Amino acid sequence: MNAAPVATIGGTPESMQPLLYLDGISVSFDGFKALNGLSLVLDPGEMRAVIGPNGAGKTTMMDVITGKTRPDSGKAMFREADLTQLDEAEIAALGIGRKFQKPTVFEMHSVFDNLLLALKADRRPSRVLFASTRAIERERADGILEMVRLTGMRGRMAGELSHGQKQWLEIGILLAQEPELLLVDEPAAGMTDAETEQTTELLRRINETRSVIVVEHDMTFVRALAVKVTVLHEGSVLAEGSLEHVSNDPRVIEVYLGR
Amino acid sequence: MISARLGLYGSLLVAAVPLALTIAVGLLSLLPADSALHVPGYVVTLLGKYLAYALLALSVDLVWGYVGILSLGHGAFFALGGYAMGMYLMRQIGTRGVYGDPVLPDFMVFLNWQELPWYWYGFDHFAFAALMIVLVPGALAFVFGYLAFRSRVSGVYLSIITQALTFALMLAFFRNDMGFGGNNGLTDFKDLLGANLQAGSTKAGLLIATGAFLSFFFLVCRHLTQSRFGKVLIAIRDAESRTRFLGYRVERYKLLVFTFSAMMAGIGGALYVPQIGIINPSEFEPANSIEAVIWVAVGGRGTLVGSMVGAVIVNFAKTVLTGTFPEIWLFVLGGLFIFVTLFMPRGIVGLFTGLRTWRSQPAKVRKQLTGRALEAGE
Repeated sequence: MNAAPVATIGGTPESMQPLLYLDGISVSFDGFKALNGLSLVLDPGEMRAVIGPNGAGKTTMMDVITGKTRPDSGKAMFREADLTQLDEAEIAALGIGRKFQKPTVFEMHSVFDNLLLALKADRRPSRVLFASTRAIERERADGILEMVRLTGMRGRMAGELSHGQKQWLEIGILLAQEPELLLVDEPAAGMTDAETEQTTELLRRINETRSVIVVEHDMTFVRALAVKVTVLHEGSVLAEGSLEHVSNDPRVIEVYLGR
Repeated sequence: MISARLGLYGSLLVAAVPLALTIAVGLLSLLPADSALHVPGYVVTLLGKYLAYALLALSVDLVWGYVGILSLGHGAFFALGGYAMGMYLMRQIGTRGVYGDPVLPDFMVFLNWQELPWYWYGFDHFAFAALMIVLVPGALAFVFGYLAFRSRVSGVYLSIITQALTFALMLAFFRNDMGFGGNNGLTDFKDLLGANLQAGSTKAGLLIATGAFLSFFFLVCRHLTQSRFGKVLIAIRDAESRTRFLGYRVERYKLLVFTFSAMMAGIGGALYVPQIGIINPSEFEPANSIEAVIWVAVGGRGTLVGSMVGAVIVNFAKTVLTGTFPEIWLFVLGGLFIFVTLFMPRGIVGLFTGLRTWRSQPAKVRKQLTGRALEAGE
């Protein structure tokens, strides 16, 4: 399955330990198998696109990785850490950030405060209670604002942003956590063509220092990312490789692209 | 946020109001009765009651307005604080009771009890009682919150079980063998810290103490909600799972605030009881807790100031209406809640701040703002 040459940006030697390792993950809800023996390996520094029809298990996969859903069976490792034993907060602290499908930002907070709350720091209530904003935090938040093109919106309420801007702010929130791995669910959904292009560029820049998994429906967007693609179908991996490779796979054509 | 717009000086000014008002009314009540400025005793008691309720409203606003926990059982914490104070006041009666028993309160003698139940020990000391006023509601909130938040019970389900909590406590306190005076509750109090509760000076002092506590807790809540901690609370209210995936332990934040809020409510109850002169199980009635939520909604949820304003205004209306047309009060209360929910989603305070924002915006934005105000009220 893995035979085709892949255009990953952060190509890594074989000997390197994978960053994320999912093996035989199964999850069922009331008898419905959302994930059925899913296996996926992500190298450090890699960007991966995950595609698949609705109900293929993309969101459930993210839920398992981020600790929202416990798998019935299978192994989920992030470096040395067993993700199936940790909760959402612990996994976030470990260095996995997640962007939701529907852009989710703190609408009643300013754009700047959204980032401030997300900056990597001690999250314990006792510490947060007496935390004051330091100059370095301001600088870091401003740096991220620039990266996600929201500097002009710094003092606005996040609820006033356009849909596309909210998507970027949420990516900014992820970056503020300084995660090693970003899980990004449909970042280009509802965006204009120009915004989609800027998002592609943003993800590429992020990938220079971090690993990324992008779940996406938009094939033009996936093509523009030019990374290794994993096709999910009915809870397991149907095909993996370059977009060209998977789109020539007859099974993929049948379940997904051909429709 | 609205209290953010108040600024530090505005908040200090707001905080000064209850204290200044109670000092003024308290002192005026001590003037001779024939003086033109004399404030009659019943006004002192009424104002004290309103402000004790305002403290309860503040505690409800902290959890509902800022963390989104709609507690329909906060009256229980208020009543528990009240009972703790009542137990101290009962033990102060001593031999002055009808039966003249130096240790046992009248109702225990009446029930033929031979000795004081263990849980009444220590309540003859004010310091111990004061500790229990915060510890008992706090401990209940902690245990309840720990179980509920850890299991991620939220929304309507949480509201329903808080309602069940206060209802269960009401049934328990109605029982004579619980040792809290059954349906008569605790009453016939004589003195507090040696001061006669019937004396005008004691009443004035209690009123001022209530004003001081209200001012103090307003400032504490304001600081809490303006700090980064408060921003996390609002984040939890608006996007709980986003906050969780950022690595915040949402349940710990909720538990901390819920427990603190219950302690505040307990202090409110403890201030209420000596001024009213009685505490009985009807204070646990679910309707009381719901009324407290209505005060907050009327005044303006998530504004702190609004909760206090709402408590005073609604209770003033209640005093007036139950005096003149007692049978329509509940209809008025229900109607008020529906009206506020539909037409004033930001409450009385929102009316003022909304107007200011409205005027400063161009016509195009005005329309959006009204739309959002309605959404926010849902």
